[in-house]
Amino acid sequence: MTPELLSLSNNWPLFLGSMIVKILAVFVVVILMVAYATWLERKLIGHMQTRLGPMRTGWHGLLQPIADGLKLFFKEDIIPSQASKVPFILAPMMILVPAFITMAVVPFGPDLVINNFIIPQQITDLNVGMLYVLAMAGLGIYGIVLAGWASNNKWSLLGGIRSSAQMVSYELAAGLAIVAVFMLSETLSLREIVALQMKPLWGFITFLPNWYIFSQPLAFCLFVVTSLAEINRTPFDMPEAESELVSGFCTEYSSMKYALFFMAEYANMIIISALISTLFLGGWSGPFPGFINILIKTVGFVMFFMWVRATYPRVRYDQLMFMGWKVFLPLALANIVVTGLVVVLLQ
Amino acid sequence: MELLFFYLVALVAVLSGFLVITCKSPINSAISLVMTFFCLAIFYVMLHAPFMAAIQIMVYAGAIIVLIIFVIMLLNLGTAEKARTTHSLAWGSVVGALMMLLAMTFIKGGDTTSVQGEITNEMVAQVGHTELIGQAMFTNFLLPFEIASILLLVAIVGAVVLTKREV
Repeated sequence: MTPELLSLSNNWPLFLGSMIVKILAVFVVVILMVAYATWLERKLIGHMQTRLGPMRTGWHGLLQPIADGLKLFFKEDIIPSQASKVPFILAPMMILVPAFITMAVVPFGPDLVINNFIIPQQITDLNVGMLYVLAMAGLGIYGIVLAGWASNNKWSLLGGIRSSAQMVSYELAAGLAIVAVFMLSETLSLREIVALQMKPLWGFITFLPNWYIFSQPLAFCLFVVTSLAEINRTPFDMPEAESELVSGFCTEYSSMKYALFFMAEYANMIIISALISTLFLGGWSGPFPGFINILIKTVGFVMFFMWVRATYPRVRYDQLMFMGWKVFLPLALANIVVTGLVVVLLQ
Repeated sequence: MELLFFYLVALVAVLSGFLVITCKSPINSAISLVMTFFCLAIFYVMLHAPFMAAIQIMVYAGAIIVLIIFVIMLLNLGTAEKARTTHSLAWGSVVGALMMLLAMTFIKGGDTTSVQGEITNEMVAQVGHTELIGQAMFTNFLLPFEIASILLLVAIVGAVVLTKREV
């Protein structure tokens, strides 16, 4: 009997059990990575600026994220009297939830076979995987816009509006950049994209995998830069430009609500790194067993983003818009045209 | 199991739809509308139309409601005052009842209950929903697709011309 794909209809107790295990595992790993990404960032940037970073709490400051979490948790939670209560409370959740549920489509290992059932190491293999990711990225705007508006504060509102303009313009370029990848893969499912990238490069170079970074270097660069803007990281951290806008959309937030914004930023960074590794760098395929490959690639990208933060100053707002609409968007469109031509000629 | 899930989502959809029309603050209404669209997207997934679901979230929840929220924010609309509601209530219930009747007739004996034409459930499962839509859009319905894109282009150019101070 050949193993079949586990689903709700053929063995529901096993399906539900494996689903809960997978969701918990991914959630716990991402939460831990978020916590330690803050530590990593402070350490990395510290050493880049010839400081030590956190050293006091635990060995080389390893307990720092826990101490920070506890501190934020026990702080007083202030809601400004003039704020709109419902959006003010909802906004941090609306920014964190899309970030976390995006992780559901990222495959993190090869299929397992238990009891003659195939269990993919991925929470769900959506037929439209990447579209789902883009849709969730679009929902991330709500948190920022609503936080900015509901705080009833000029800095917050400016931060919120800047951020939404930025996200709308860069979402477009990011979406178009990966269209070229789909023209090669002819599927939107991330699991199949990873499977395609395990073949030899262009079908004949056997010592290299068919990673899309080799066929789509421009799309890769565009996607990395635009996703930096999309997740509001330096050099594109306009919405919370502290020298002009105090703290942007989270000026009025305190305690755990502020911590949620902070977590969302790091969660977004980790998820974008995981997506870039999946789309361009072969996902979980690699020399190590199971999920270790994608973990290494993801952490590598997270460290790259931190390195960028330590290196580049913030771009000006008009420069940001200019780059988004007049540089990245035409480049992405040109990339699509060229890829289309090559695909047609090779057929 | 699936039925139970359907009822849960339907309950959330109806509740959030109700919140859209009862919330005093327009922003809260808009947030509830997002929730309603999300529930609709879940229904599309349950109907094996994942592409529709993704587009539903991207276009409606991700773009149109953001636009609505912007309008509310920038015009600084206050909360709704008590207006004359009996007339609107009466008209609303009449239109609602008509829509309900229409939906019921379609469900009971209309075209929606039985799949017709060459695209069947098996075909959707085999070829894929996204691929089918793509094929139809770029072969049989190429002309309407091109017309729609020209319309959108005209709208974009119009927006640029209207907002530009000097041309």
